[in-house]
Amino acid sequence: MPTFEGFMYPNEIELQWSVLIVLYPFLTGLVAGAFILASLERVFRVEAVKPTYRLALLTALAFLLVAPLPLQLHLGHPERSLEMYLTPHRSSAMAMFGFVYLWYLMAVLVLEIWLDYRRDIVMLAQSSTGWRRLLYRVLTLGSYNISEAALDLDNRVGWIITVIGIPSAFLLHGYVGFIFGSIKANPWWSTPLMPVVFLFSAMVSGIAAVMLIYMVVSRIRRTPIDMRCVDAVAKYLFYTFIIDFTLEMLDLIHRIYESDESFRSLDFMVHTRLFLSQVILQILLGTVTPILLLAVTQVFKLSEAVRKRIYSLAGSLTLIGILAMRWNVVIGGQLFSKSFLGYTTYKMGLWAREGLATAIVLMLLPIFILWVLVKILPPWPEKEKGLLSHAASAGD
Amino acid sequence: MNLSRRKFLILLPAAALAWESIKAGTPEAAPNYNVSQHWWAMLVDIEKCIGCGSCVRACQKENDVPDGYYRTWIERYRISEVDGVENIQVDSPDGGKNGFKPSNEQGLKEFFVPKMCNHCADSPCTQVCPVGATFASPDGVVLIDQKYCLGCRYCVQACPYGCRFIHPETNTAQKCTLCYHRITQGLTTACCEVCPTAARQLADLKNPKDPIHEYLRTHSVQVLKPHLATGAKLYYNGLDGAVR
Amino acid sequence: MKFKDAEHLLRMAFLFVAGLIVFVLLRNALVPRSFGQYGHYRGDALGEIKARPVAYAGHGTCETCHSDVLEVKDKGKHTHVACESCHGPLAKHADDPTAVQPEKLDTRVLCVRCHEANSAKPKSFPQVVSADHSAGLACNECHKPHTPVIEAEAKATGGKKK
Repeated sequence: MPTFEGFMYPNEIELQWSVLIVLYPFLTGLVAGAFILASLERVFRVEAVKPTYRLALLTALAFLLVAPLPLQLHLGHPERSLEMYLTPHRSSAMAMFGFVYLWYLMAVLVLEIWLDYRRDIVMLAQSSTGWRRLLYRVLTLGSYNISEAALDLDNRVGWIITVIGIPSAFLLHGYVGFIFGSIKANPWWSTPLMPVVFLFSAMVSGIAAVMLIYMVVSRIRRTPIDMRCVDAVAKYLFYTFIIDFTLEMLDLIHRIYESDESFRSLDFMVHTRLFLSQVILQILLGTVTPILLLAVTQVFKLSEAVRKRIYSLAGSLTLIGILAMRWNVVIGGQLFSKSFLGYTTYKMGLWAREGLATAIVLMLLPIFILWVLVKILPPWPEKEKGLLSHAASAGD
Repeated sequence: MNLSRRKFLILLPAAALAWESIKAGTPEAAPNYNVSQHWWAMLVDIEKCIGCGSCVRACQKENDVPDGYYRTWIERYRISEVDGVENIQVDSPDGGKNGFKPSNEQGLKEFFVPKMCNHCADSPCTQVCPVGATFASPDGVVLIDQKYCLGCRYCVQACPYGCRFIHPETNTAQKCTLCYHRITQGLTTACCEVCPTAARQLADLKNPKDPIHEYLRTHSVQVLKPHLATGAKLYYNGLDGAVR
Repeated sequence: MKFKDAEHLLRMAFLFVAGLIVFVLLRNALVPRSFGQYGHYRGDALGEIKARPVAYAGHGTCETCHSDVLEVKDKGKHTHVACESCHGPLAKHADDPTAVQPEKLDTRVLCVRCHEANSAKPKSFPQVVSADHSAGLACNECHKPHTPVIEAEAKATGGKKK
């Protein structure tokens, strides 16, 4: 039994949503953010970020594949999860997740990646051997037509899918915010800003993740980092972060100014149990610091090496900050009593089904999936392919 | 002497028949119950509650509620006031199952508040259930389909009153059923049955003869957290503004 | 645009349509029959919840046999206290009156549940500080639980036989 102080309704002492539910919006956020970054190049024709286009798509796919896992592990009856598709309850925000997820996975990500890679797949199906050959053959769907006309058609269809994909990505994550924001019983969650805040924090985390992955992958592959690209990505990160921070502060100021019946209880919570994760980790270290760091790169002319370091640091802090933000929303929203008279604690188990070890595995799993995806569908231009197979074998 | 006589006493035929239909517990055995003719609610009179915990114990026995979880519970409010500033203390040891130890503090405003599912007409919990495992029955009782609940806990989050919990063995959401197995057989709920002061009363809002109508007309009755507009049907008489 | 240039897209489209058909078929096969009978839930659930056996038979059931106790009770202040409020759940006893007997109750434990003085209780409710009130004597030494008024005190010695 967790310890609590003050008064909790007796059924409230035990927390309902664990660290796994913290991961879920974090992972989907990375997906949405990475996709929006990828679509910058495609729809808005930002040439500078092109080197990250395919990598961003694969990152989005890798994280999206893992996103439902924490939910599944958390269910009391995972074997009944199919009911979400069989008898979705229209008035439930959560019921729609199944469909939004499937739509985004199949109709947007898989299709876009397939169309973009089709030429490579067909060529790989002809050049590779063994099980890989079989895999690529399946992926071609038996059509080896990579004529100019066919590829041109792919390009146009791909563009349309990206255009549909942007609102879909917004939907996917804005909607995760709605799952929390629509709970009127919980004043910590219940705000119409929640989906918007979730969306922008998603873009921030996704952009930061792709930027970091690109720099790390380039290092592993021992290829030079395209600084024009990273500068551009960092610039977008900076702007989105400012919007995100503004929205979060708006939410905070609004709460303080309105001071409704829940305010004293929530204010106390932020100053005590959430002080480390909210004030220190999320706001100071995870938001203000990276914004300042990025601002420095925007204002001053710095050398490449310094910029790289700053970007790495800012990107890492950003991810920590966004993860802390998810934590504060999900866990924070359950630490206070709905009677506003007491506070409980969350004790995260280490080896429990919903414990720290599971959370760490779920965080590493998308990285592993990404590594597999990169091996199957190399995201870099062919001229670098020699280097890739070298890097891949080095990584084996 | 009485005892030995009772030992061999066989239930009167009519009573036996009525009892048979009650314990049979199948809709076929009680054909007179029509869901469309009832709209269940409950009345709680705070001025009558003595905090004895009978309701909590009866509920646990009637419904096999696991220890540490509560389908109904009693809170004790102790409110002191200095210069217009209220200090509210609330406790509910073991859900009030074994009553409350007398407090030594003098001069406080004190009272008991029995709590349970409000069987809201516009219930936020059924609204959020992703699969239709929890629902309001046609006779106004919020129920959970134990064979369909997937244990996502969204309903637990959505209940403003803290009435739901996840059963540690079935891993499904559970809560007060308003003793649906009893009220559909003509019995009252277990908590109402055992309440020694009639602080709780089951009410059928669709029954014009139910005393609830007269009661609601002549008393200042309030529901919990009315600003959330859940359509709560747990009506409280004598509810203090401090109660959340 | 020639057909053959769009062929791979049609193949993909076919996969999607096939997936959709499989989903619709699965859905028809897997959704419980009674789902939607009354609303967005399994109609059979109502019957299943109803089918739970009762534990508390209800005072009406008790009174069909124990009308003598009812008569006594009606004369006193406990007339509105249901039998099982003190005696506990006895549906099993109603099932088979000979096989299942109610437990003997200890009034020292039982009565104080309601009547121990507590400032949070309504002032009009009869309360005692049990330690001062009876000096350890069981309540039913003086009060008969079914008609607790103290006039029974005169017959207290007779009451002991019970």
